[in-house]
Amino acid sequence: MSPLPASEAPVYAERNYLNTPATGLRSWLTTLDHKRIGVMFLIATTIAFATGGFFALLIRLELLTPGPTIVDAMTYNRLFTLHGVVMIFLFMIPAIPSGFGNFLLPIMVGAKDVAFPRLNLLSFYLYLLGAVIALWGMIHGGADTGWTFYTPYSTTTPTKVVPILLGAFVLGFSSILTGLNFIVTTHTLRAPGITWNKLPLFVWSIYATSIIQILATPVLGMTLLLVAVEHAFGWGIFDPARGGDPVLFQHFFWFYSHPAVYIMILPAMAVISEVVCAFSRKNIFGYKAVAYSSLGIAFVGFFTWGHHLFTSGQSAYNAGVFGVLTMFVGIFTAIKIFNWVATLYKGSISFKTPFIYFVGFLFFLFFGGMTGVALATVSLDIHWQDTYFVVAHFHFIMVGSTMMGFLAALHYWWPKITGRMYNERWGLVAAVFVILGFIFTFLPQFLLGNEGMPRRYFNYPERYWALNVASTAGASVLAIGFTIVLVYILVALRHGEVAGPNPWGSRGYEWLTASPPPLENFEEVPEFRRGPHEYHDLPGEAAAPAAGAAPGASHV
Amino acid sequence: MSSGAANPALAHHFESLEKQAHAQRLGMWLFLATEILLFTALFAAYGVYRFLYADAFSEASRGLATWMGGVNTFVLVTSSLTVALGLDAAARGDGRRSGGLFFLSIGMGLVFMALKAVEYRHHFASGELPGQYYTAGAIAGSGGALFFTLYFLITGLHAFHVLIGMTVLGVIGVKSWRGAYSPEYHVPVELAGLYWHLVDLIWIFVFPLIYLI
Amino acid sequence: MNELLRKLLFLPEQLSQHARDVDGLHFFVVLTTMAAAAVIFATALFFMVRYRRRSETETTPEVQPGHWHEAVFVGVPLAVFLLWFAIGFPQYVDLTRPPAGAMDVFVQGKKWMWKFAYPGGPSSLDVLRVPAGRPVRLLITSRDVIHSFFVPELRVKQDALPGRYTQTWFAADKPGRYQVFCAEYCGLSHSGMLAELVVMAPAEFDAWLAEQRRGTALAQDAAPTPGETLLPGSSIGEQGRAVAAQQGCLKCHSVDGSRHIGPTFLDLYQRQEKLSTGELVPVDEGYLTKSMMDPAAQVVAGYQNVMPSFQGKMTPPEVAAVVEYIKSLKTPAVHAGPSEGPVYESTPRK
Repeated sequence: MSPLPASEAPVYAERNYLNTPATGLRSWLTTLDHKRIGVMFLIATTIAFATGGFFALLIRLELLTPGPTIVDAMTYNRLFTLHGVVMIFLFMIPAIPSGFGNFLLPIMVGAKDVAFPRLNLLSFYLYLLGAVIALWGMIHGGADTGWTFYTPYSTTTPTKVVPILLGAFVLGFSSILTGLNFIVTTHTLRAPGITWNKLPLFVWSIYATSIIQILATPVLGMTLLLVAVEHAFGWGIFDPARGGDPVLFQHFFWFYSHPAVYIMILPAMAVISEVVCAFSRKNIFGYKAVAYSSLGIAFVGFFTWGHHLFTSGQSAYNAGVFGVLTMFVGIFTAIKIFNWVATLYKGSISFKTPFIYFVGFLFFLFFGGMTGVALATVSLDIHWQDTYFVVAHFHFIMVGSTMMGFLAALHYWWPKITGRMYNERWGLVAAVFVILGFIFTFLPQFLLGNEGMPRRYFNYPERYWALNVASTAGASVLAIGFTIVLVYILVALRHGEVAGPNPWGSRGYEWLTASPPPLENFEEVPEFRRGPHEYHDLPGEAAAPAAGAAPGASHV
Repeated sequence: MSSGAANPALAHHFESLEKQAHAQRLGMWLFLATEILLFTALFAAYGVYRFLYADAFSEASRGLATWMGGVNTFVLVTSSLTVALGLDAAARGDGRRSGGLFFLSIGMGLVFMALKAVEYRHHFASGELPGQYYTAGAIAGSGGALFFTLYFLITGLHAFHVLIGMTVLGVIGVKSWRGAYSPEYHVPVELAGLYWHLVDLIWIFVFPLIYLI
Repeated sequence: MNELLRKLLFLPEQLSQHARDVDGLHFFVVLTTMAAAAVIFATALFFMVRYRRRSETETTPEVQPGHWHEAVFVGVPLAVFLLWFAIGFPQYVDLTRPPAGAMDVFVQGKKWMWKFAYPGGPSSLDVLRVPAGRPVRLLITSRDVIHSFFVPELRVKQDALPGRYTQTWFAADKPGRYQVFCAEYCGLSHSGMLAELVVMAPAEFDAWLAEQRRGTALAQDAAPTPGETLLPGSSIGEQGRAVAAQQGCLKCHSVDGSRHIGPTFLDLYQRQEKLSTGELVPVDEGYLTKSMMDPAAQVVAGYQNVMPSFQGKMTPPEVAAVVEYIKSLKTPAVHAGPSEGPVYESTPRK
């Protein structure tokens, strides 16, 4: 296969992107190197995650008792709004694509950079600008509308909705530019030998994500702008008193926000495809199915937004059409789950931290996805809509799947990005905390939803007390898990073992270059003769030495 | 809306000028797609409210100065023609002519903006304003206010894009005048032209939607 | 079995046939999901154990799917999902078709309370009384922002939209008291916007309704629920007239179209009123309420700013009753008797 020969110790590449062309803050802030931009996005989105997570902890603490616990109602309403806004716009949407995608996509297609490096840097600064505007709004009290900004509440509330909306608007442009860059890069910068059928599955999913980003985000941008205009100037587009239709807002909002959830999950699926193959050292079962299902999710996902409006007074005809289409979009995820499990057949499976996160991801994506399909049966949604069942459903996907995908990516590519390994034992400990903490946080919420507890409730009837306590207990364990990860990963920066070009023995193209990679990604662009998920040996190569054991090995 | 307009034009990560040009064009088309979707949301809102307030909307639309909209359409279409001629000149290496034609297009853009300003002034004077500021009163119910809310949003957003377009044409026009482009490499001229054509195209949808039907 | 699964899944009691049907689908969904989970995860676990890495140098074969693999991967889930939909969608459609002869109740959500009114009958705040075993149609709207009327035991939920009516229906099996939640975030006291559904035995309900309409003493079989305010009197419009007379509104506002100290109430509702500032405002519930609470804020052109504020002098139900009264004053002549029940037709907006 591709093990490292025992005698060859891993080498840390001395001249790499971290110290070329220069070091120092200014060289980072003006960089055009996609790898540095990716790292900056990772740092920024991690800070955002910590902020959103802090809000979540406060929410769960408040919900420890049925009455007021640590904050008042107005503060609580702001907390859940900001938790949603920060998590979705500042973490979920950008983290994997703009972080890992930026770092890896060009390398995975054998290119030296993305198509438009300056646009890439602009994308990062737009992210920061959007974050700052939203932060300004938060400091001045923030909004209390929920991240969904339903009108007419959002256009009449006296809280600071406009800066939050404007922040999200600017962040939208960051997202659009990243997506645009990735699509053009994938089309035009593939190295010779990397045909569409040899494209890493990570790239396929990021490509599908990018399509959604450029088509859906402008609609959200315009919708949020309309709400801001109505709030600030009273122009009444959604105000029934001025003849407007508040449900029209919901249609516009969900037209983006439903595809947006696919922006959030597709990159995690991208990661998982890579991790499954690398840690079972096995070709993916059904390459075309997995690749095209990403496109399927992106395409069909645009036609399902009405399933957020089943109780909004729409016609039964609407409900029928959107319900059926939602059933179809679930199929693509099912295809992936089956294909990932089938990949394990006759594999050589190693239970390192990224693989443990894959197992968690599989579990939670299955239940998150199935509960989504269950919601789409319409009659069940009438009971579950706006209750904790829906909250549990989307957290199963966003935390249970996307966050696990993020953590899998972090551990899998940490050696590539930093040249060092993290401590595997601590990795497993943290993974256990995260997975168990997750289950105890969100499983009780499915039951709370069944019981009828509505979401966004500051106080709740006493009969919901026990499950809320269980959920908060789980949240503490989850928080501890994330903290442990943060600690050992930062320790690994300094004290981690040198990783070498390919510590995992993976056949992904990014492992053909040194760790950390040189400025131009490859010292010498390799001949890409085999696919990135092919682990069987080509005839005549039975006992080939480690792929990329020497940095710059010229063929796979 | 892309990089790579500096000399030497070829960026380090592209194999050839041809591939780079192809990437730049693809990037621009994708960006134009996002602009179209931005306006689509507004057109959708217009469509919905037009359906709900059919009478009020058609009455309000009849009250607009259609001849001004018509002149504006003519002006914009002509400016697209001059832009296309400018691209043709750049492809033949005639930077001065190309720049000049672009400046002519900018001039036409200014005419467009001037006419819109006149129209807007008329609306302000007769109380035809968005939302709660609507005092014209000729149309019963909320339809009139809604019409003008959408009118100002759509034409306002379009005018903003005309300004951006004029800026882009200006920057590229100056560079062209100074000889930055050649028959081998004039992709930025092409991209600037594409953007202006989009701005024109959007108006071609706006005009019938708001003025004619 | 039904009870076991219901308790296991923390579902509340099933108060109607619809609830039982929906729970039936719920159990089917859960059971199929668990069965699928068992198969998939058992397979995955088996593979993980059987194919764990035993040596760093072991190789793996290339395994490609046959055509039938992907067909099964697509076909089986699709069939299951569409089956679920085929069961659930008709259940939903049923909720959109109240049976003929269902008793109507107007529901109005308002920050942060629920108002219920029976056509020709009493109105109440935060308590909805219905007869058991009979279908009840709810006609729901909102005074301000979007709310949502939700009763978990009925598995029924419907948004309350400002400027529009939505409808849903239910037939509760048996008497009891159940919680009504607001299920669409509406601001500060969203979690405090609770109401009570009181299902009564049919005979008791009829007797109660008759008592209310006669306007005699409130006859109650049980102690009143805290916060329950039942306004005696016949229709809300009649009550409104009484309040208007009592509060002195009719001293300045005529009801026959003649101009007096204040604008006439006749055809006032939905009129486009021109204010002294030149602004044109539509007269809706919000405008009427505001006029009573803060009359100086918007003075109609051609009239003096002499109207006193009734803030604190009238209770919210009284204010609402006056609004309903004003709404009822349309040419032709005012209806003297109780209203004839709702005529639910959609009218094209102007």
